[in-house]
Amino acid sequence: MRSSVENMKPVFVRPKSLSDKKFTYCPGCHHGLITRILAQVIDELGIQERTVMVAPVGCAVFAYEWFRCDGVQAAHGRAAAVATGIKRVRPDLVVISYQGDGDLAAIGLAETIHAANRGEKISVIFVNNQIYGMTGGQMAPTTLVGQHATSCPEGRNPQEAGYPIRMAELLATLEAPVYVARLALFDPKHVLETTKAVRKALTYQVQGKGYSFVEILANCPTGWRMSPVQANKHIAAVVTKAFPLGEFVDKG
Amino acid sequence: MERQLMTGNEAMAEAALRAGCRAYFGYPITPQNELLEYMARRMPQVGGAFVQAESEVAAINMCYGAAAAGVRVMTSSSSPGVSLKMEGISYMAGADLPVVVVNVARGGPGLGNIAPAQGDYFQATKGGGHGDYRMIVLAPSTVNEAAALTQLAFDLADKYRVPAMVLADGMLGQMMEPVELPPFVDVGSLPPKPWALSGAQGREPNYVASFALDPYDLRELNRRRLARYQQIEAHEVRWEEVQTEDAEVLLVAYGTMGRIAKTVVRLARAEGTRAGLLRPITLWPFPYGPIRRLAQRIPVVLTVELSMGQMVEDVRLAVEGRAQTPFYGEMGGVVPTPRDILQEVKAHALQRGKHEAGVRPA
Ligand SMILES: Cc1ncc(C[n+]2csc(CCOP(=O)(O)OP(=O)(O)O)c2C)c(N)n1
Repeated sequence: MRSSVENMKPVFVRPKSLSDKKFTYCPGCHHGLITRILAQVIDELGIQERTVMVAPVGCAVFAYEWFRCDGVQAAHGRAAAVATGIKRVRPDLVVISYQGDGDLAAIGLAETIHAANRGEKISVIFVNNQIYGMTGGQMAPTTLVGQHATSCPEGRNPQEAGYPIRMAELLATLEAPVYVARLALFDPKHVLETTKAVRKALTYQVQGKGYSFVEILANCPTGWRMSPVQANKHIAAVVTKAFPLGEFVDKG
Repeated sequence: MERQLMTGNEAMAEAALRAGCRAYFGYPITPQNELLEYMARRMPQVGGAFVQAESEVAAINMCYGAAAAGVRVMTSSSSPGVSLKMEGISYMAGADLPVVVVNVARGGPGLGNIAPAQGDYFQATKGGGHGDYRMIVLAPSTVNEAAALTQLAFDLADKYRVPAMVLADGMLGQMMEPVELPPFVDVGSLPPKPWALSGAQGREPNYVASFALDPYDLRELNRRRLARYQQIEAHEVRWEEVQTEDAEVLLVAYGTMGRIAKTVVRLARAEGTRAGLLRPITLWPFPYGPIRRLAQRIPVVLTVELSMGQMVEDVRLAVEGRAQTPFYGEMGGVVPTPRDILQEVKAHALQRGKHEAGVRPA
């Protein structure tokens, strides 16, 4: 009699491109899911041995060690400039920057826009969780109007703090980018769509087409003071209103 | 060796290319624009990367990326722009990345002006960025030396895996002089960098970071860095001496001021005052030992700078009370004439002579 184990085939495995280093994310945080999606796509494309990961300062600060790829830790907001430096001297490498919304849309806004405008052949994964996770939940440039954060305890007041900045739309006004999209992760269908978008972004880079940008609406259960389930519902019902999903540029 | 007439800015750029520099990232600022423009023209000819960045912050972080990928990389700027580079310099020191930063310094603080000045000495030598680190600082006094020291900066930065700065000034950047240009090094013959980002192919991944959450880990990294800094202090101090053997007044000056001080020594001797000069070439590591030795027998050690007095603090540390340590400085981009300084030298020599003859000043 054959054992039942021999009849089984794996349907879900840990991506080879993930290293053994433990995640430091809170339970239920989308960062972990995004990291895994990225590793899976790197596996699929067979580019683990020529990928360089550029990590931000933020909850994903260890992203340079979470992949079985060469990795570098950039100063807060400077990931796009660091990625530019690598890609310009080693165009054969696949260079991916992974950044939060404080990192990319506040302190690193200039680096972000100019890397996109020059059409650097890099891929930027932008994790928009509408808050500064790592420093304890302060207001981000993406914080929704009325949303509470530790530095806007009465909720974001647009008269003083302006409105959430829509990075995908902003970058879509530029000529150079070849791919700009906004995705979300609140249900399995959207997880698959995000995976597809990440695959497209990296594929365009592998093909040498140009700059790609994938914005992902992510949760922060700890910073938002919500359960992961509540957080997913909030993204589906509220966050996607302020940040519409879609592909804004696709010149593939 | 090839002889050419060049400005300091052009000479430093060409020297960098010949040293194997294959990436340059910069942002325009006077008086170093010619360096950036030269690189824009020449870098593509040698197959390297050139980007005019959106800011000095972006430029230095592009350097961080290129250095992490193992390429010899340079950026240049002038004082206000160098302030913006300090973040990246600290990160590169923390990630043990070699880089060459040229500062064609100008008058400050703030926007200041575009005239030559030496007000960036503290920033360059005492840690302009945050944290516990050191940076090699080389101070040329002629266009020819600017080219030679640019090459040296690349070799030292690679050898010790540290940032290195060439601290020039607006005068050196702009003036034209004959330069002996060395031949091109073969980039393939440079020592390999097994730690660089090149794709984890057939090996474990390489990680480049300045991050160590555990204090004991960071202490260990900093101890190893300190050991390298001590090696640099032991082996890389460079200076020039001019007629110090019988000097009664020792001038200490670097860069453009060092060059003017050479003229002062000649003029003083023509008028009967035995002046000498010690010109620091490395500002870090600083030539404490050589100055200390001279101060044992020369009673007056006069520091001359284009600042309120910055290097003079290191001179006084070196002398440790063995001699008088007066200071003469000009500021705001004003460059003193040799005659101005000669008056100072003669006054100190005279005072000294009266002192020795037992005459007390009234
Ligand atoms: C120059 C500098 N300023 C501030 C900080 C502190 N800091 C660390 S992470 C962070 C914000 C992170 O928020 P975000 O980019 O949204 O990423 P998240 O943690 O939410 O993933 C800040 C302000 C820093 N490390 N460096």
